[in-house]
Amino acid sequence: MSLEQFKDRNVTQNYKFIPVDKPPLAPMDKFKQVVKRTFRGELFVGLWVVFREMVRFNIHTVQYPKEKLPISPRYRAVHKLYRLLESGNERCIGCGLCEKICIANCIRMDTRYDENQRKEVTEYTINLGRCIFCGYCAEVCPELAIVHGGRYENASEQRAHFVLRDDILTPLDFLKEGKQEEFPGFGAVSPNADERIKKTPLAY
Amino acid sequence: MTLTEFVISTIVKILVVLGILSALAGFGTYLERKVLAFMQRRLGPMHVGPYGLLQVLADGIKLFTKEDIVPQNSVKPIFMIAPVIGAATAFIALAAVPLLPEFKIFGITVHPIIADINVGVLFVLGVMASGLFAPLLAGMASANKWGLLGAARTVIQLLSYEVVTGLSIMAPLMMVGSLSLIDINNYQSGGFADWIVWSQPVAFVLFLIAGFAETNRTPFDLLEHEAEIVSGYATEYSGMRWGMFFIGEYTNMITLAFLASLIFLGGFNDWGFIPGALAIILKVSFLFFFFLWTRAAWPHIRPDQLMWLCWKVLLPIAVINVVITGLVLMI
Repeated sequence: MSLEQFKDRNVTQNYKFIPVDKPPLAPMDKFKQVVKRTFRGELFVGLWVVFREMVRFNIHTVQYPKEKLPISPRYRAVHKLYRLLESGNERCIGCGLCEKICIANCIRMDTRYDENQRKEVTEYTINLGRCIFCGYCAEVCPELAIVHGGRYENASEQRAHFVLRDDILTPLDFLKEGKQEEFPGFGAVSPNADERIKKTPLAY
Repeated sequence: MTLTEFVISTIVKILVVLGILSALAGFGTYLERKVLAFMQRRLGPMHVGPYGLLQVLADGIKLFTKEDIVPQNSVKPIFMIAPVIGAATAFIALAAVPLLPEFKIFGITVHPIIADINVGVLFVLGVMASGLFAPLLAGMASANKWGLLGAARTVIQLLSYEVVTGLSIMAPLMMVGSLSLIDINNYQSGGFADWIVWSQPVAFVLFLIAGFAETNRTPFDLLEHEAEIVSGYATEYSGMRWGMFFIGEYTNMITLAFLASLIFLGGFNDWGFIPGALAIILKVSFLFFFFLWTRAAWPHIRPDQLMWLCWKVLLPIAVINVVITGLVLMI
């Protein structure tokens, strides 16, 4: 399945109404039905259908650890914390909105003022064991600092591993190689954001 | 042939048949999973070995090393011996089945039949029928409601269909005039047109239907209908005891495929340019495949439908078939 097919939500469902006859009640009608069903060869239609599928060999199995289905860019899996592209500083300004909006109460952050009187995030944890992946934090973030990624394989040996900030923060060397891609999915600025901005209507 | 030669050759034959057939029964499970998977657009076992070929081995290791659980309230000796009955009767039934035509190896003529008795069909059917004691005893001894229901279904299903098998096979036997499977095979030695299936198509269909019921295969697998009675008589079984039921079931399938090809489909006579040994292997393989095929295609039936089909439909047809065959033979 290609990504385009996967993202297509305009699926029409061709339900057909199959009229069901009333079951026969008189003995003769019952007998007629048995004879009709016996000699109509419906059983052989069934045999033919499965044999056809076997010969066609159109296998739908996804051998999961080796093959993976594409996921939508709007998929909400484990979060990522992004960095600023030029300076490499964290994008997070410590505003605390994500902490406030989180309905599962799984985000905790600690901030302080650094020597330039700028907010600095000292601690940032998301308890992924509690997180319900609703996407509010990514949506509310004014700096696109916290976004959802596509990493959905999050098994671990210890629960403590589900809260590590270092795992979700973009590594510096990764950033320098230019591999941090802007997030196209949930909570991100839409591609035509500039066109959609309206001037503040001062007229009224 | 002296007595010593006879004993040695029989023992060798027994070991070869036991080894090959139990290996085939194991391989049959692999085939079943693959064929069913392909028919349902799946891949089936893929991870153990190339294309999952070693899955049978992995299953064997699993079954052999599992803990042997005997439930507390069960009747322990019977509980423990029931699976052995299942596997043993399945293999004993094979003793009177000629598996291949005669062949020569190292200058010795080999008859690939362990016991060439003159009542072969009777023996095979009788032993296969006594195999019903395996699920019956297993279900009754395991102190489990599902097991008991499974055992009850075993009795009604196997006993009823035993009658249909016997009556359906009666007509071909009347034509041949012998109960020996080799005589039946030789009766059809005239080639494709001599196959008994052409003169007894009704008997063939009846025999197949009854065979499905007796080997507990899909349209009639009520003995262990998961949705209704968990696994029927085998609910309390695990490990190798359960595995023996399984081997017995698959061996019964192979025996039945051999019986059907010997009695109705020309047996091991040469088929055109195909030599007899290959011909019977092809026929048995097709019948085995047919067992799996129907499992993928057809739904189960209800127990009352099963009984209705047996006593009100198949039995009268079988009797009429026997009567008509008798009249034709008399005239």
